[in-house]
Amino acid sequence: MADPMRIRAQAAGDKTTVRVLMSHEMETGQRKDSSGKVIPAWFIQEVSATLNGKPVMSGQWGPAVSKNPFLQFTVKGAKAGDKIAITWIDNRGDKRTDEATVS
Amino acid sequence: MQSRREMLKRSAGVASLLAGLGLLPQAAQAAFNTAAFEAKTMVDLVKALGVSAPVLSKDVTLQGPDIAENGAVVPVSCATTLPGVKQLLILVEKNPSLMCAMFDVTDAVEPAFATRVKMGQSSNVMAVAVMSDGKVLYAMKEIKVTLGGCGG
Repeated sequence: MADPMRIRAQAAGDKTTVRVLMSHEMETGQRKDSSGKVIPAWFIQEVSATLNGKPVMSGQWGPAVSKNPFLQFTVKGAKAGDKIAITWIDNRGDKRTDEATVS
Repeated sequence: MQSRREMLKRSAGVASLLAGLGLLPQAAQAAFNTAAFEAKTMVDLVKALGVSAPVLSKDVTLQGPDIAENGAVVPVSCATTLPGVKQLLILVEKNPSLMCAMFDVTDAVEPAFATRVKMGQSSNVMAVAVMSDGKVLYAMKEIKVTLGGCGG
C-alpha cells in the first residue's frame, strides 16, 4: 500500500488553493534495469478530488507525470472546515484516498 | 401528409434519443483513455480525443521554466481565462507519448492546474484547452532540458 498523500488546502476569499503531493513511483515503462530488462510501467492513471463528498475535478495522467506527483488546483466556494478528499488509481488497480480540511 | 409529418417527428425523436445514448457513455466514461495517452503525434492525439485541431490562443497560458536542469521534474502549469473549458491538457512534443496529463474542468474549480512532468529532451510544451463549444486552443513554450528524465 502506498504512503499517504500530503494535502494542503488554504482558503483565500472564495478560492481555495489545494496542493497535493502524492507518493508514487510513476515508472514510465521506458527504463531498463541493470540486467537490461524493461521495467514495466507503473503510474497513476486517474486523479479525482471531492469537496465535502461532491466531485469537483478529475484528471487522467500518463507516465510522463513526475515521480511523487505534485498537483495544484483551485476550488471555488470552499470554506474553512470543508473537507477536500483526493483519490488516485494507478494502472495496477491500486488506489488511495486521503482527506484534508480547508484552513 | 399527417402520417408523414408524424413519421418525421418520430424519427427526429429517435435521432435525439440516439444522440443522447451516444453522449451518455462519453459523459460517464471514467475509463482511462489509453489511445490518447499513447498517441505519438498531434494528429493521433486529436483523433483519439475526438476533437478538432488546436488553434494558438493568447487566452491559454502555460508556465514553466525556460531551462529545466532536471528533466525528471519539470514544473509546469496551465491555465485559461476563458469560461466554458471542458478539459485542459499538458503535452510535451518530443516525449515518447505526447500527452502528459488531462484534467476535466468543472464549474467548481478554476481552469488552472499545476503539476510536474518528465521531459526526455528539450522540447515544446503545450497547454491545450478543449472548450465546451468544440473549440480547441493551445499555448506553447519551449523548455530546454539539460538532463533528460526518461533514460535510465
